[in-house]
Amino acid sequence: MSETTKMTGASALVKALEASGVDVMFGIPGGAILPAYDPIFDSKIRHILVRHEQGAGHAATGYAQATGRVGVCIATSGPGATNLVTPLADAQMDSVPIVAITGQVASGAIGTDAFQEADIRGITMPVTKHSFLVTDPSDIARAIAEAFHIASTGRPGAVLVDIAKDALQMRTEFNYPRTIELGGYHPKIEATPESIRDAAALIAQSKAPVLYVGGGAIKSGAHKELVKLAELTGAPVVTTLMARGAFPDSHPQHLGMPGMHGTVAAVTALQKADLLITLGARFDDRVTGKLSTFAPGAKIIHADIDPAEIGKNRAADVALIGDLRLTIEALIPAIKSEFKKSQPDISAWLKQAYGWRSRFPLGYDQPTDGSVSPQYVIERIGKISGPDSIYVAGVGQHQMWASQFISYENPRTWLNSGGLGTMGYAVPAAMGAKVGAPDTTVWAIDGDGCFQMTNQELVTCALNNIPIKVAVINNESLGMVRQWQTLFYNERYSNTELHSKRIPDFAKLAEAMGCVGLTCDSTDDVDKTIAKAMEINDRPVVVDFSVHRDAMVWPMVAAGASNDEIVNARSLAPIWDSQEL
Amino acid sequence: MTQSHPDAPTASHSTSSTRTLSVLVENSPGVLARVSSLFSRRGYNIDSLAVGATENPYFSRMTIVINVEDHALEQVIAQLDKLINIISITELDPVISVQRELLLVKVATDVTTRSQVLETVQLFRAKVVDVAQDAVTIEATGNTEKISALLRVLEPYGILELVQSGLVAMSRGLKPGSISEDKK
Repeated sequence: MSETTKMTGASALVKALEASGVDVMFGIPGGAILPAYDPIFDSKIRHILVRHEQGAGHAATGYAQATGRVGVCIATSGPGATNLVTPLADAQMDSVPIVAITGQVASGAIGTDAFQEADIRGITMPVTKHSFLVTDPSDIARAIAEAFHIASTGRPGAVLVDIAKDALQMRTEFNYPRTIELGGYHPKIEATPESIRDAAALIAQSKAPVLYVGGGAIKSGAHKELVKLAELTGAPVVTTLMARGAFPDSHPQHLGMPGMHGTVAAVTALQKADLLITLGARFDDRVTGKLSTFAPGAKIIHADIDPAEIGKNRAADVALIGDLRLTIEALIPAIKSEFKKSQPDISAWLKQAYGWRSRFPLGYDQPTDGSVSPQYVIERIGKISGPDSIYVAGVGQHQMWASQFISYENPRTWLNSGGLGTMGYAVPAAMGAKVGAPDTTVWAIDGDGCFQMTNQELVTCALNNIPIKVAVINNESLGMVRQWQTLFYNERYSNTELHSKRIPDFAKLAEAMGCVGLTCDSTDDVDKTIAKAMEINDRPVVVDFSVHRDAMVWPMVAAGASNDEIVNARSLAPIWDSQEL
Repeated sequence: MTQSHPDAPTASHSTSSTRTLSVLVENSPGVLARVSSLFSRRGYNIDSLAVGATENPYFSRMTIVINVEDHALEQVIAQLDKLINIISITELDPVISVQRELLLVKVATDVTTRSQVLETVQLFRAKVVDVAQDAVTIEATGNTEKISALLRVLEPYGILELVQSGLVAMSRGLKPGSISEDKK
């Protein structure tokens, strides 16, 4: 290549991002990353200037979860980079493909405790799928290409590319690789024909099967195949917190969400099953409770793209290692041929499972003091905005209610921080989702605690025409923690009262940040207020829903169920030990 | 602490034992940190870890000795295999591999005990690498059992200082095997 085709490392970075298909990134400039911001100024890539790097990271995650594409965030060295640690850990835990680009101090200064120096590659090693430190400008394009490859293939995850400032400034040729070969990374794996046959044979023998569906079903785009598999086997389906929307809630075979805050039907079906057909789920402690008490009579088929998930928490009788969509595609004809030989009669099992569903529907009590029920607010948002909207939750009670009382029909319409449980996720993630899906209504269902952690990104939304809608479910406390204090700490409410009905004034705060601020404190006004929020599409809207503070997320207790039935339902569940969990 | 869950209902009973993993890694900065960080955060105990050059300058070889149950060993290998810089992982069976560690030990001696110590050195085919007025320094190589036996014999004389390398190991015969290559 001639001297004239040389460019700065910074230009190579931006050109490599363009070549990787990036259309938007979220970030904040600073000293070490500054050289990159000059070519960003001329690039066709949209750069959204956020107000805090954590917002950039969660926005990248929200964008990735809503679109299935790789989300990108960019920050400077030191504090800029360390502010990305939480979103990186968050994305990695939920297997969300994001690439973070950080500036690093000049290569000669690395290791000298230079101004704004932090060993971000070292810091993020345990919370990323991979991380790069680039000090040679000729390595930048290759590192970016590899980062996108690693983030988006196999089990998706978070990748960090840390680039020294002098590497951004020096001139180099543009070396974007056409194909990527990494000696130690071979993500394209398919379940073996033998394992498919073994799984089909187990399914054909099972009299009480359950499809235990996790977030992998959404990541692999397997939702259509999943419906086919469910209808072929006739087995009841449960969808975990990360899989809400992977299988339509309206489908007659759906029992709802399993786990600590799951439906009685979903929890009990897993407990009583003789076979769990596990699809892109990882036997997380919030689903299993104490492992020895979980699904004690069930054989396990475990389909996952990550071999390390097999047998990590629960031993598998058949492991199907590979992309879930391809696994299900292979499984369907294998099951059909087994069923030709003999199809098990699961009608008694279905009668039982659907009986649990009708006897223990999800429900909640209306507060008797006239205050608004938080579950009602969330349920009405879901009904009025409908199943084509995207719902993004923070972490806590409101998150559980949003997973329980909104009906999800489509994948990528329910976004939340499931693994890491990151309070403050909702507003920036909703911003990222809205950028990725600008024609879709995006609701952040947030708590008053969560909202106060990251609401600065509403400024970003207001200035960049990203009209998200935020419902602050204001119970003026750290509700989930308070609930545990109620249940396990003799109602000693140590440091969980936020007084958020008094300070701050969320509506005024929203107005100050260029949004429309609405308030609602009566049940009669809930629908009207939601309708008003739905009408505003030129600005972000924040609705402060003042709700009953003592409402609880009930694990398996349904309104209207008799005490006997509640006790009975509880005795069927695995053990949830507050000391252990 | 290991990764295994003793209360997992269908986990088979397995006994814990010492295993040797030969791990081929890219010769690039940070790889050792990635491996040690993985072991640390997943709670796997490393008995010893040795890392060094190979016949190919692009790769290094790590020999990792861990004490785990069968079930946990599968997890260790699967988790290690997820690291992008790790090329292959082989479990070395002590029967069909050569395993060596290096020992330097300073033993207190006086006029009466020196000859006995030197005799021990000869019996174990070790070497004396330094002699002082009241101590000798001994170098020995061998497998873990031989090194432990030597130390047991020397102990009564008074061990003043001791330093040991990690175990290095190599399969016998021509073909290097690989566990993770099967999956790739």
